[in-house]
Amino acid sequence: MKLHGDVPREKLEEVFSEFVGKIYQKPPLRSSVKRVVRVKTIYYLKILEVSGRYVLFRVGCEAGTYIRKLCHDIGEVLGVGAHMKELRRTRVGPLKEDETLVTLHDVLDAYKFWIEEGDERWIRKVIMPMERAIEHIPKVVIRDTAVDAICNGATLAVPGILRIETGIKRGDLVAIMTQKGELVALGKALMTSEEMYERERGLAVKPVRVIMERGTYPPVWKRRKIGKEYRFQT
Amino acid sequence: MLPCDVKRDVLIKDEEPTDPNYGKPPEERSVRELIETGVINLDKPPGPSSHEVVAWIERILNIDRAGHGGTLEP
Repeated sequence: MKLHGDVPREKLEEVFSEFVGKIYQKPPLRSSVKRVVRVKTIYYLKILEVSGRYVLFRVGCEAGTYIRKLCHDIGEVLGVGAHMKELRRTRVGPLKEDETLVTLHDVLDAYKFWIEEGDERWIRKVIMPMERAIEHIPKVVIRDTAVDAICNGATLAVPGILRIETGIKRGDLVAIMTQKGELVALGKALMTSEEMYERERGLAVKPVRVIMERGTYPPVWKRRKIGKEYRFQT
Repeated sequence: MLPCDVKRDVLIKDEEPTDPNYGKPPEERSVRELIETGVINLDKPPGPSSHEVVAWIERILNIDRAGHGGTLEP
């Protein structure tokens, strides 16, 4: 962030702390969303370095927060004005700037090593199983016998559940997982963690995005004998 | 602290074995499967758009479909 005037460090710290918590933000003129004032939560806002009128800071915020606007608004409150100079995403959910962060060159090299020399080591470092991207989403582990029904779009019912992570509220996004750790689907919780644990029946999670291919697990759901053959109810 | 950093416990409702003949742990996927379904934590250089970088990834990995986890600005 570049300040348009000189501000003492103490004043900076004071104003920055005012922006932690719920803030009101009107999306900038050039934005991809409707320009109405929105409430966004700033989880943390930390000044890392100040050099003259340049302020380097780290912000933890809700998806959809405009950082360009945040810089502008901080400048307004400081009274001198300010604008965003540079922006870098250092984290999104479980993905961080750690050993998993790779460049396009890394991807190209790893692919070449694999395709030309059959060496899997690098491509396996560069591409992670999709489950790594949903580590932060609360999980519900289900029986093998419930998997294919979910793949076909069925709503997860309580009897299909084996394990539940705590802290799930109704309406939360949850990940439906197999016992082997595979992501089956993402869905909306229709019950809290406690309800899923205590109840014996009822609908628990409504899939909103099915990830696993049908037929990965055997279709043992809603089987009905018709004459000599089995048919699957739809 | 971010909301995604909350620590969660696990409630065990029931236990049963899983059939090894169906599905497999994510780390046992083949490279082909990884390329089709995996994620890359990519250090995007400033300049090219996320959209452009996705197109490059599709070219490099020779795949039909890739996506990205959201842009940083409009």
